[in-house]
Amino acid sequence: MILIWAALALAIGLPIAAAAMSEQLAWRGPVYILAGFAGIVALGLVLVQPLLIGGYLPGLSAYRGRRAHHWIGGALALAVVIHVAGLWITSPPDMIDALTYVSPTPFSPFGVTAMWAIFIVALLASLRTRWGWRPRTWRFVHMPLAIVIVAGSVVHCLLIEGTMEKVSKMALCALVVAATVKVMADLQVWRKRRALRRESVARQ
Amino acid sequence: MTTVVFNRRNLLITGGAVLATGASGLLLPVRADGLAATDSMPGGANNYRKGAAIVDRIGKGGFWMSGTVRRAGDGAPLAGQRIQIWAHTVEGQEHEPQSHGATLTDKDGKFRLEMPQIIPIFGQPHGHLAYDSGEFKTVFLRPVMRSPKETSLEAHFVLQPA
Repeated sequence: MILIWAALALAIGLPIAAAAMSEQLAWRGPVYILAGFAGIVALGLVLVQPLLIGGYLPGLSAYRGRRAHHWIGGALALAVVIHVAGLWITSPPDMIDALTYVSPTPFSPFGVTAMWAIFIVALLASLRTRWGWRPRTWRFVHMPLAIVIVAGSVVHCLLIEGTMEKVSKMALCALVVAATVKVMADLQVWRKRRALRRESVARQ
Repeated sequence: MTTVVFNRRNLLITGGAVLATGASGLLLPVRADGLAATDSMPGGANNYRKGAAIVDRIGKGGFWMSGTVRRAGDGAPLAGQRIQIWAHTVEGQEHEPQSHGATLTDKDGKFRLEMPQIIPIFGQPHGHLAYDSGEFKTVFLRPVMRSPKETSLEAHFVLQPA
């Protein structure tokens, strides 16, 4: 049990620690540094999300895992806001280029697309109960967006030349992809409608 | 009645001829027989400051920005052209005045300015250059270094009359 939590702490903590030792930091202002680390933390949270919802973290009941997934989702949106706001303050024209999809940097459109997917999921998650969405409907909406978030974040991160150390960055990205693929396979998110209906009937 | 025979040879020849005429029309705008003008690059004008002073060196130096300035069409080198250079370096951020400087091209249309080491900003180690003197159309370039460890960078201008 402790092993899994320790591994998770390492998977997220190591890239952050390695980035904290980057020589690049010497040439950056505090706001830019904060923005960069908010991005790394966001990627770490993207790793936590599938682990929570898949029930892979020991000691958490399914209910508490789902609650944590909700809160971490909110934290992820907040981290992205800090990331974007910090970069905007650091260099407004570069951030505007990125947000309007005319940036010369190849990684920007991936990050911006993932950002919108995160915001949409966060917004819909907060409205979901009010609108009375069934789990099936929610899954149908959330799964494609989750894939956009994971793929967009990972490509965005890998293409950036910044403070992150290469090996720990690739390891974190690989874990994010692996966790996402595993949870989608385990929860059989693409299973047929009939199977889902049977399940929701059984639950009632 | 004539029968048109398509064998591989005449297909290749006609196809090649069509491609050659078509492609040359598409690829070379303005002057069909000359050097095309350089377009501004996306993001090239970011953090531009008007009228940076002509300097012998930006800051303490250690990194070389160089390139050429030529005229569109005949490709003649343009002497005495003012090129403005700025970047995020070890001595300052892109928007800060001390990160900006300008230099003039020599009689061969070449320029070369020493500046502090460029470091990655916004995910790419890159510099900014501008031709903005008015005689020719303004051009903003944003070359990217292959590695942040490189200690020089080149950018080339082909200018067209304003």
